[in-house]
Amino acid sequence: MRRALALLPVGLFVLVLLGFMVGLRRDPSILPSMLIGKPLPAFALAPLRPGEPGFAAADLSGEPVLLNVFASWCGPCKEEHPVLLQLKSQGVKIVGLDWKEDPSAGARWLADNGDPYVQAGNDASGRTGIDLGVSGVPETFVLDRKGRVRYRQVGAITPEVWSQTIAPLMAKLQAES
Amino acid sequence: MRRLALIGAAALALAGPALAVTPDEQLKDPAQEARARALSQELRCLVCQNQSIDDSAAPLAHDLRVILRERIAAGDSDKQAVDYLVARYGDFVLLKPPFQPDTWALWLGPLAVLMLGGAGVAVYMRGRAARADSPLSVADEAEAARLLAADKGD
Repeated sequence: MRRALALLPVGLFVLVLLGFMVGLRRDPSILPSMLIGKPLPAFALAPLRPGEPGFAAADLSGEPVLLNVFASWCGPCKEEHPVLLQLKSQGVKIVGLDWKEDPSAGARWLADNGDPYVQAGNDASGRTGIDLGVSGVPETFVLDRKGRVRYRQVGAITPEVWSQTIAPLMAKLQAES
Repeated sequence: MRRLALIGAAALALAGPALAVTPDEQLKDPAQEARARALSQELRCLVCQNQSIDDSAAPLAHDLRVILRERIAAGDSDKQAVDYLVARYGDFVLLKPPFQPDTWALWLGPLAVLMLGGAGVAVYMRGRAARADSPLSVADEAEAARLLAADKGD
């Protein structure tokens, strides 16, 4: 009994240490989204590509879709962009939300780098992004057939993120009715 | 040299603090502006996470300060205005986390550690007191008497 009691502080210390080991390795910029399982808040985005309309939240139901929040001023978006283009060529439906910049900057970025989006809209004031709980770009929301948010990716979609996390989820969402 | 020091001191005294809040963001009603300032000091900037949105120069912090002021100008109570942001960014925007089941460990943990430590100290002290109370053995008594006698002999 006394022996067990003497070892108790050591045990607690190890527990605290394990807690720190898990806690300190997490990326603090990845916050839980408030939208998981919920439909998108209503929004209607201004056009981004010249001659094309923007899109509204209500347009994003029917089939699983990625809602990608990006900006031409965003560094990691450059890294993500080729991945998005490749996903487009695989038939993944991606819509783009150009966040906190003039639509001309976003349109030029797409003209220069290629355009992975089936629909694209501009959120110059940033208010739609804030309604979605966006804290930085890029962020990507995975929406199911009913237009509900099922997952949010904070930071770039790398080939690893796609193959390990988002692709399996998309396959599952495709199978849902 | 003295004059230079005086000028320096005057400059320091006159200099205002560098504020992230710019004049064009501020509300005209001083009472509303004061409420907005107080609330924004309790809200976390999502970009530089250890700063409040009142302190942060990040563009998103600016947007959130403006939104907070819009809510207040529109007649929201303090709680409604804060809840507007919590609905979007979660409890994480609150620099002071609320007391609820998933934060019990956070709020009560330090107290629990203190009580555990206190209990440990109490057990240890009791053990020591019990040892000190035990009478000296015959040999110890004799040794003490010898030492005391030797002391008197000086």
